[in-house]
Amino acid sequence: MIEIQDVYKSFGENEVLKGITAIFHPGKNNLIIGGSGSGKTTLLKCIVGLHEPTKGDVIFDGENFTNMNFEQRVPIRTQIGMLFQNSALFDSMTVEQNIMFPLNLFTDQSKSEKLDRANFCLERVNLAGKNKLYPSELSGGMKKRVGIARAISMQPKYLFVDEPNSGLDPVTSILIDELIAELTAEYSITTVVVTHDMNSVMGIGDHIIFLHQGKKWWEGSNKEIAKTDNKELNEFVFASPFMRAAKATL
Amino acid sequence: MFHSLGKYILLLRLSFRKPEKFSVYWAEIMREMVSVGIGSLGIVAIISLFIGAVATIQTAFQLISDFIPKTVVGGITRDSTILEFSPTISALVLAGRVGSAMASQIGTMRVTEQIDALEIMGVNAPGYLISPKIISGVTMIPLLVIVSVGLGLTGGYIACWASNDVSTNDYLRGLTDGFNPVIVTVCAVKAISFGFVITSICSYQGFYVNGGSLEVGQSATRGVVWSCIMILFCDLIISRLLL
Repeated sequence: MIEIQDVYKSFGENEVLKGITAIFHPGKNNLIIGGSGSGKTTLLKCIVGLHEPTKGDVIFDGENFTNMNFEQRVPIRTQIGMLFQNSALFDSMTVEQNIMFPLNLFTDQSKSEKLDRANFCLERVNLAGKNKLYPSELSGGMKKRVGIARAISMQPKYLFVDEPNSGLDPVTSILIDELIAELTAEYSITTVVVTHDMNSVMGIGDHIIFLHQGKKWWEGSNKEIAKTDNKELNEFVFASPFMRAAKATL
Repeated sequence: MFHSLGKYILLLRLSFRKPEKFSVYWAEIMREMVSVGIGSLGIVAIISLFIGAVATIQTAFQLISDFIPKTVVGGITRDSTILEFSPTISALVLAGRVGSAMASQIGTMRVTEQIDALEIMGVNAPGYLISPKIISGVTMIPLLVIVSVGLGLTGGYIACWASNDVSTNDYLRGLTDGFNPVIVTVCAVKAISFGFVITSICSYQGFYVNGGSLEVGQSATRGVVWSCIMILFCDLIISRLLL
């Protein structure tokens, strides 16, 4: 479980996050949604420690991550997997080396054990046999799947995903969403997904937080989102005439 | 200026924190050594041969006099090659070749979130990315300078043989006459210092890139320019202190 308590973040005079409090439970797909500039990626970076909150705490299973120094954070970080918007695969390494990289650094497994784990992760994301390819030889969807394989290689307790559907076609987007949801349920991972893709919201949003102007504006599930009377959320979710027509039929 | 200097020093301190796993870092050091050492051998060899030859021809041209023994040409070529041409010119060229590649590589990793990925995994990103580069710089650049000295003096020999301004026997006798070993010490100190300057400054420029591909290119340029300035500054300080 991850708790964020009254998190503020400013960049100079610009206050991006204004007192966000939320709890993310294991085995659920926790979605952070909001318009561009609403602070969702900043919130994600504050949770994983890429940004330090100006005020407030981030707590991983009772341990206050915000107060820890670099060394103290390492044991928690080895339990974190993250998929970046552009996958962030290491260009100079093959798919297999990318997946084995955290295993090389943080485990004492033999080479064959690490290879088995890499193959298992690749099979899990339907990329078996692509071990020797370099990131430059992969499509956008394949890169995302390798990114997921690398993120789950250390059997993480926490999975963070930043814009998993950006740059992908709708079919591949749904496949990635389904993969994230399957892994979350299968390993009871606490998953936090930052997205503004409505297919993801409606498809896998077990727990959704809507950010608006740096504040938590609404919280609920994908079933509740269709019935909300929150004006800003409705304007965001049902922005297009198609979505408004779809809502009318619900 | 002072803010940047502080950030640079703090980054160096982070770079030499205890590695997560020595074997992984060792592999990275070996990879960087091959890249810096073997990868730069060709360009260093070419410039050294030409500089040695040019130094010999120009020295011979300026010392045509019946009162000056011809062996002096060899001595002056030797001293100027060991003291200045090989370490400094090689370092300036390597700043362009090795330094810009390092700044671009680290800068690209920054803008494509690969450094963020390392940090999230719990890896000390400055240590993993920068310390192998600095270690490869301070070990391989002195080796390249040794090669450069050898080839520079060989270039001088070829110039003597081809031009007949000075006989090859006079040149060879000049190389060994009045040799003062302190110039080798100065050359080694310069080479190690320049290796550190190039790799650390260019890595620093790459590590703190903000933006996209345009800024990566600018950081590589800044890295090379600052490296060249600091090479010349260190050259002056070391020469003043050790000679």
